[in-house]
Amino acid sequence: QLPGPFLKSPLSTMEALTPRKDATSYNNFYEFGTDKSDPAENAGVMKTRPWTVTVDGLVGKPRTFDIDEIIKLAPLEERIYRLRCVEAWSMVIPWVGFPLSALLKQVDPLGSAKYVEFTSLYDPKIMTRLPILHWPYTEGLRLDEAMHPLTLMAVGLYGDELPNQNGAPLRLVVPWKYGFKSAKSIVRIRLTDKQPHTAWNDAAPNEYGFYSNVNPKVDHPRWSQAKERRIGDFFKRPTLPFNGYADQVASLYAGMDLRANF
Amino acid sequence: MNTATQPRHGGLRMLSPTHIRIVKSVLFIVCLVPLSLLVARFFHDDLGANPIETITHATGDWTLRFLLITLAVTPLRRLTGWHWLIRLRRMLGLYAFFYATLHFLTYVVLDQFFDGWAIVLDVLKRPYITVGFAAFVLLIPLAVTSTNRMIKRLGGKRWQALHRSVYAIAILGVVHYWWLVKADLTEPILYGLILAGLLGVRAHWRNEERKRQLGGAYATRAPGGPKIDGRIIPIHPK
Repeated sequence: QLPGPFLKSPLSTMEALTPRKDATSYNNFYEFGTDKSDPAENAGVMKTRPWTVTVDGLVGKPRTFDIDEIIKLAPLEERIYRLRCVEAWSMVIPWVGFPLSALLKQVDPLGSAKYVEFTSLYDPKIMTRLPILHWPYTEGLRLDEAMHPLTLMAVGLYGDELPNQNGAPLRLVVPWKYGFKSAKSIVRIRLTDKQPHTAWNDAAPNEYGFYSNVNPKVDHPRWSQAKERRIGDFFKRPTLPFNGYADQVASLYAGMDLRANF
Repeated sequence: MNTATQPRHGGLRMLSPTHIRIVKSVLFIVCLVPLSLLVARFFHDDLGANPIETITHATGDWTLRFLLITLAVTPLRRLTGWHWLIRLRRMLGLYAFFYATLHFLTYVVLDQFFDGWAIVLDVLKRPYITVGFAAFVLLIPLAVTSTNRMIKRLGGKRWQALHRSVYAIAILGVVHYWWLVKADLTEPILYGLILAGLLGVRAHWRNEERKRQLGGAYATRAPGGPKIDGRIIPIHPK
């Protein structure tokens, strides 16, 4: 169990939570199947203890952390964030975790580090699906995005440890980007000076950009991103720029053409 | 019926009108099972976290399945010799239209909630919706001309020519599915292979038929042999 009580965060939204049942049964975790119900049905075989996370690359003190060590690295907070999937649905989820910056500070990033690459677990013995994407799943952020106070390392949701289908034991949560940027079941974090390859960008570069900031004005080539259906709602609602976090993060992209850097 | 008029092969090759009526009634009910299951899941709050998506996918899946089942009638009839199967084809085709209508209404009412502008933009800008919408529109004249009276009014030849558009509709349906998935093409490929098989066997039979006709021409009045692409076609006298 996670050591509580969890700090309440001023960064949390007051919006109504998505029912826990929905957030833990309607998931994208393609290593365990592409139907929304597949991860909840198949991810149970993933062993999340023992689990280690290697943080290396352009850092002064590369280290491999044990997951139980990571959980105690910083005081755990509850962060209630909106989650906007690139498929035009959204949820409100009470994550438990700590800022990614707290983990990165432990390893002393070098001045030359510009990007952070996240690698998810790939175990072909339990992830027996057809090769839909190039696995292991990788994702990436610019270092300033990674150090942003909103960027969370999550170890739990709804007050409990993460269920496997939600990316146990450790996942990324970047609330102003489409959900697929928030890599699940992370085993390695590598700092680099080059923009990392990312799984969806490799699969369909014209559809999934490196940045993938939530943007109602830039449609997915095959569907509109102007609106979203909040899970549980009947009517769609307008999608907000940066998923409603523009005040906090828009300055990261000052001067950038967000249509070109989608 | 006395034994003298009973067909000797018996079994499923020949069905009495009563049996056909029974088969049709049972089929009518069976074809409603997918819809009943959806309705039951709705009332049991069992449509998952995104019920509208579940309904959209289920009605779309069943439209494609009924299109393929309808297209399977002729090959199946030819392979088995169960000629009465043709008597079921209209109902199967109308069920394809029925599920297509539910699929379309799900999109218009539940997904977009009559947002006319969003729907127009979708149809114009999103190729998968364009082809899906085209397939649905093309199904309408087929459903309208499905009655005996319309067959008579159009005449068999014209009616048949019109209804051949179902081949194009089925292709559009598979393309619609193919273009909407994010990365996992397994199911669209499966539907595509089945459709290719159903259309391929027709093309093969038509080819055979043409060869036979050309062969007949050779036997009566084409010394030197009929040619296709410069090759003499072998003739198998019956």
